[in-house]
This record gives sequence, C-alpha cells and structure tokens, in this order.
Amino acid sequence: MQYIWLIPLLPGVGALINGLVGIRSFSRKTAGYLACTMMVAALGLALVAFWQLLGLPGDARAYDVTLAQWIPVMPLQMHNGSFGHFEVTWGFRLDPLSGMMLLIVTGIGTLIHIYSTAYMADEPRGGFARFFCYLNLFCFFMLMLVLGNNFLVMFVGWEGVGLCSYLLIGYWYEKKTASDAGKKAFITNRVGDWGFVLGVFLIYSVFGTLDFRAVQNAAATMPIESMHFGILSAICLLLFVGATGKSAQIPLYVWLPDAMEGPTPVSALIHAATMVTAGVYMVGRNAVLFSHAPMVMQIVAIVGVLTALMAASIGLVQYDIKRVLAYSTVSQLGYMFTAMGVGAFSAGAFHLMTHAFFKALLFLGSGSVIHAMGGEQDMRRMGSLKKYLPVTFVTMFVGTLAIAGIFPFSGFFSKDEILFRAFVNNKAIWVLAVATAFMTAFYMYRLVAMTFFGTYRGPAWEHAVEHPVAADVRVAATHGVAHPTDTHAHGHAAQRNHEVSHGLADAHAPHGDHAAVAVADDDHGGGGHGHGPWHGPHESPRPMTVPLMALAVGAVVAGFVGIPAALGGGNTIEHFLAPSFTAEHQVERSADLQVRRESGAAVQASPEAAAEHEGENEPEVSRGVELGLMVFSLAIAIGGIMLARTFYQTSPEISERMAERFAGAHRTLSNKYYVDELYNATVISGTMASGRGLWVFDRNVVDGVVNGSSWMTLFGSWMSGLTDRTLVDGAVNFVGRLLQESSYWFRRVQTGLVQNYALLMLFGVFAFVSIYLFVK
Amino acid sequence: MITPTHYMVLSAALFIIGVVGVMIRRNIIIIFMSIELILNAVNINLVAYSNQVQNMVGQVFAIFVIAVAAAEAAVGLGIILAFYRNKETVNIDEMNLMRW
Repeated sequence: MQYIWLIPLLPGVGALINGLVGIRSFSRKTAGYLACTMMVAALGLALVAFWQLLGLPGDARAYDVTLAQWIPVMPLQMHNGSFGHFEVTWGFRLDPLSGMMLLIVTGIGTLIHIYSTAYMADEPRGGFARFFCYLNLFCFFMLMLVLGNNFLVMFVGWEGVGLCSYLLIGYWYEKKTASDAGKKAFITNRVGDWGFVLGVFLIYSVFGTLDFRAVQNAAATMPIESMHFGILSAICLLLFVGATGKSAQIPLYVWLPDAMEGPTPVSALIHAATMVTAGVYMVGRNAVLFSHAPMVMQIVAIVGVLTALMAASIGLVQYDIKRVLAYSTVSQLGYMFTAMGVGAFSAGAFHLMTHAFFKALLFLGSGSVIHAMGGEQDMRRMGSLKKYLPVTFVTMFVGTLAIAGIFPFSGFFSKDEILFRAFVNNKAIWVLAVATAFMTAFYMYRLVAMTFFGTYRGPAWEHAVEHPVAADVRVAATHGVAHPTDTHAHGHAAQRNHEVSHGLADAHAPHGDHAAVAVADDDHGGGGHGHGPWHGPHESPRPMTVPLMALAVGAVVAGFVGIPAALGGGNTIEHFLAPSFTAEHQVERSADLQVRRESGAAVQASPEAAAEHEGENEPEVSRGVELGLMVFSLAIAIGGIMLARTFYQTSPEISERMAERFAGAHRTLSNKYYVDELYNATVISGTMASGRGLWVFDRNVVDGVVNGSSWMTLFGSWMSGLTDRTLVDGAVNFVGRLLQESSYWFRRVQTGLVQNYALLMLFGVFAFVSIYLFVK
Repeated sequence: MITPTHYMVLSAALFIIGVVGVMIRRNIIIIFMSIELILNAVNINLVAYSNQVQNMVGQVFAIFVIAVAAAEAAVGLGIILAFYRNKETVNIDEMNLMRW
C-alpha cells in the first residue's frame, strides 16, 4: 500500500511519453496501447491497495504516504498566540472515501480509454496521440486530487483537471464553438477556484495546517455554529463556491452543457463520471467542517436541489442527445449536493459512485449512437435505432432505468437514500427532489424513446454497391437494413456538425485498401472503419461495446453495496465510508449529540451524527415511512417513464400539441431559462464594459501621462533649443559681429600709404611729448 | 657770437622742413631726401651739444648716424629701383600694397 503514489504517477508517465514522443512519432496503435496500459496498471495497483484497505479493521482504514517535502517545516504563530509549525508534503492518503473515488477514476477511466481507441480511430495520427496524452494527464491530475492528503496537493489536482478539461473540450480546436466552450469552462471554473483558494487561505490562517485530517480534528473541537455565521461557516461557504464551479451548480453550471463540444468519451469521463464530482468529493472530504456550519449546509442543500430541478426541467425539451445527458449530469450533481447539504455524506458519495457508472454508460452509449449515425446528435433525426444497435440499446436502457431509479438498479438505492434523508431533514427540499426525480425519469425515457423507438427519421444512406470494396463488404452492405449490425460497411456521410473529424490522408485513401488496414489495425478484431459514404446506422466495434457492457453490469450491481436496512440490507457502503466523514476523536461527542437528538432538541443541527448512526438508531417509525417513500419514489419514476412513453413513443403528436399549448414555457426551457443570455447581459457585458472603461482610462489617463511627459520633454527641448539658438549663439555671434563691424571701421586706418602712417606717428609723438610736458 | 640757441633753431628749422617734406611730397626720392634732412638736423643737435658740454660721445654718435643714414639710403634706393621697375613710377600714392 506504500506504493499508492504510483497510481497517479503511471498515467502521468503515459501522458509525458505520449506528449513528448507520441504526437510526433507514435502510430495510433502504439499511443492507444501505451495509454491503456498505464491505466490498466493503475487500476491493478488501485485494486490491490483497496483490497489491502479492506483488510484493515473498520476504524483504522487509513493510510498515509509521504512522497516528499513540498513546503519545508517552518515556525508559525498560531491563531491563539502559541507557536506551532507549518509544513506541506507531497502526501497521499488512502481511506474509504478516497479509495472509492480511486476505484471509480481508475476503473471507469480504463474502460473509457479502451472505448476511445475505437471511437477516436478516425482521428489523424498526431491528434490521436494528443487525445490520449490529455486523457492520461487528466487521470494523473484526477488521481492526485483524490489521493492528496492536504488541500495544496488537492489543489494541484483541482487545477490540473480544470486544465485537462479545457484541453479536451477544445480538442477540435479548429471548431469555433469547441474552442469557445473550452474557454467558457475554464473561465467559469476560475471563478469557483477563486472561492476555493480563499477558503484554503482561511483554513491556513485559522488552523495553521492544510492537512485534511488535522483540519477535521481541529474543527471537531470547535463549537457548532448553528446560531451565527462564524469563521467555519465562512470557510465552508468559500469552499462551496469552489465546488459550484467544478461541479457545475447554480450559478456556475453554464459551462457544463457547452462542454459537450468535446469528444464523447471526454464527456463521459470528465464531465459525467469524475471531474465534475470533485466538488462533491471535496465537500465530503471536509464533512466535519461542513457539519459545524449548519447554515452553509442549508445553502448547499438549497443550491443543490434548485440546480437539480432547474437542470432537469431544461433537459425535458433538449433535442441534442448529449445536451440532455449534460443537463442530466448537472441535475444529478445537484442531487449529490442536496445529500451533502442535508448531512447525508455517505448517501451523496454513494450516489456519486452509482452515477459515475450509469452516467458514463449513458454517455458512452450516446457516443455509440452518434458514431452509428455518422456524427448526428439531434434526436429528431434518429429513431428506431433499436434494431441497428442492439448492444447499445440494451446497455443504454439499463442505464436509463438506473438513473430513473427503478428497483433494483443502482440508481434506485442511492437516489432513494438521498430522498429519504431529505425527507427527514426538510420536507420542502424533499418535494423539489421528488419533482426532479419525476422529470429525470421523463427526460431519460424521452431520450430512449426518441433514439431507439418509433420510426427512423434520419437521412437515407447510400448502398455500398457503387463502390469497389471488398466482396464481403459489398454483400453485407447491399442488404442494408437486413444486416444493420454490419461493422465493415462503416462510413460517414459528409454532413452537418460532424463530431468525428477525419484526417485528410485517411479520407483520400483508396477505399478497399483502407478497409483492410483498418481491420489490421483493430486489435479486438471487431471490425474495420471504412470511409466514404455512410451506409446507415450500425453497431459499434467491439472496443466500444465491451466497455458499455461492463458499465451496464456496474450500473446494475453498484447499488447492492448500499441496500438500506429497511430492505434487509446492511447499507455496507455507509458504514464503510463513515470514518472518512468524522474526526478521529469524535465518538464521545457524537454520542453526546445523539442524546440531544433523542431529546428532540437538535435534530437539525446534527446531520453528521445522523450520518453516523443511521441504520442503528433510526426510530422505528422511520422504517415504515422509509418503505413507503421507496414505493412512492418508485411510483414517481415509473410514472415519469410511462408519461414519456405516451408522449414520445405511442402517440408522439401529444408532445407536439403540448409544446404548442405551453409555447411560452417551452420556449423558456428550450432557451435554458435565458441564463446564458442573462450572464451575457450582466456579467460578460459588465466585464467587457469595465474592460472598455479601463481601456478608456488607460488611453486617457495613463497614455495621457506618458504622452504629457513626452510633450513636456518636447516643449522643454524646444525651449532649450531656442535659448541655445538665441542666447548662446546670439552672444557668440554678437561678439563676432561686433569685432567684424569694428574692424570694418578700424581697418580704414590701414591705408597702406606711408605718409599716413608717418603722420600718425608724428601725432603720436606730439601727443606723448605734450603729455610729458603737461604732466611735468 | 653763435650760441647753442642758433644751432637749436637751425636744427629745428631743418627738422620741420624734413618732416613737412616727408608729409606732403609725392615723389619718393624727395621724401628720401627729406628723411636725410631730419637725420642731419639731429646730427647738428648732437654735435652742438657735444661741443657745449665738451663730450666727444655726441660727435661719435653723429658719425654713427651718418653711417646708418648711408646704409639706409643704399637699401632705400635699392627698394625704389625695384619698385620703379615694377610700377614705372616713384609716386608714393601708388605704393599702397600694405593696405588692408
């Protein structure tokens, strides 16, 4: 277990090699193999480490590894005046919470790497290696975020995943919308990071340490700020601002739907399963801190449930298959925050895990659909794909049932846990959450119905007979509809906003040769990728369907670790995670709290105690209520599905009539509540205006000063020149002129006539003699 | 009886005649002769006072003056001859090469 630092490092090394060497010189196969190998190795290590973690006794399941010193030990005056010391290490910590995240990141990461090798196969060679370099780099930072044992290491990962998100959203950077979406994601995240950094600064100044465990232990000894908004509340609020940015909550959720401009595996890995849950993870990491700030907990819960409701309602009317899933992700993240906010940290983390499975599954499934449709993302141009894409259909259907919360799929257990805890905590939140659950079931089934059922509404496809391809391809393709799963007749029409871009060299390769090369290149033997005309929807190659199947299994069974006590389960995950959400010496205190809770005094103020003792100390009445709630939420989910089935499968005209009848509401939802427009009108134009104002200030005042001083210099030198010319030169010239003028008169004496000179001498002598005589 | 005063008057008269001749004549030969008159006026003065105070130095000096005057006349006449060859005139007004 002392080698857990290798887990993040392996993908990091992969990214380094692919980035430095791969983009220039690796073939697609080498680059893909390298990235996948690193991820498989990391997964193996993670499994071993997790296994060893399970081997430890329940309350001792934590392991710290210090790799190196970062900020060396230095003395520090503490908040209360005494002296302590401060240090930051490159430390990694494996405990139940990070262990769970570790498995999610490495497990789903590995599956998505494998999926990407097929999905991105049409990319040019360098782009392919670049993609895997970024993907590996992302895993490196994400694992660092998860494993870091202090805020600073976490922050490195936090920023790193933001960077990778930016790079991957803008992977097709020639596309304006993609590069814009990348910038939007990055800049929106900066706003959140601002809060996170401020929170970390405040933690440093209050606790004098950044180590998670030390902070939690110190916070546990501080009083709960139930009545006032104290320093802990301030810390928690700032941290939560960071979480809203990373996890796409109100008001910073706007980047996530746009992030769908990235390749679909990226959406699945970063914008559904892992990175966006970092905020939830961070809140869970600081569960003790948050438990001491009930007011902030309330804010978290309200923001969470409002986000869930809002995003779900937007998802009802979207037509882009990936956008529906994006809003669904925002909505589900809202659920997780609701859970955190009502103190159900385990339930939130549990939902995080199940969501990672079914949402990654749904995204990869949508990627498979997009792949099959040759880049089409609009659900209005799909339909009836069930018979062409059997594997994708079955797996996506499993994912839909899981997210809708149908028993016994994983989503049922985690979502029901959250709903139950919300019910106990706050009825209003529960009502909103149930409404969200209904909408979730509705829009997810709507997606399935529009994509897989009904009539085919997409473009017609050409038959491959016209093209000189290999014989088996021709045979298969002539049958067209009859052989929909034909993997050889695989091409893309040159159409619309084609998600998968083609390398030019590939596109111009002779058709027959290319099919052969593609078959040879495909390590799983699933089928080649021909190019040229699109031969209709078809099932994806094996490297794409296998991860789908694996995730579908996960989406089914992941919930079984959290079967609640009411259904006769042990709620294993809750007991497993509990140590991560409490401080080390909290047993007596929580017992104390429990006494208070039983006396009915502080039900609201002790969510954390509730988290610990749920299942053991729940009042008997709750059990019946819990079962009733389960049945109710199941009914809600089935109701949502049935309604969507009526609207979009059996009689599609109803939905159109509804859209016309409630045109205003429909328009509002289609335009996502005009939030983007609102931000454009306020924040963005405000920023632009202030930028323009600063520019004006710059131009007038700063430039004015500079220009003024230059002007002054110019004037001064002009004056000095004038002085030089008139005074100095004037004096010199005057002397010269004077001499010239006077000599002009004096030289007249020099007549050259000897007699003149003689006369002057005579006068001179006469004068001297006269003076001599007079003076004497 | 011839007193020093007579000598002085003679000498002064000669000197005035010489000076006036230098000043007003154009012919350079005449001016030369006038210079000789001035020198001889001085010589008369020297000899008269030498006799008066019974000191022979004055007469020696007068002989020196005569020698210098002879030398000067030789040089001056040479210059005049050279000038005449150039300008074909002995008019002093033509001799203004040294003007500004």
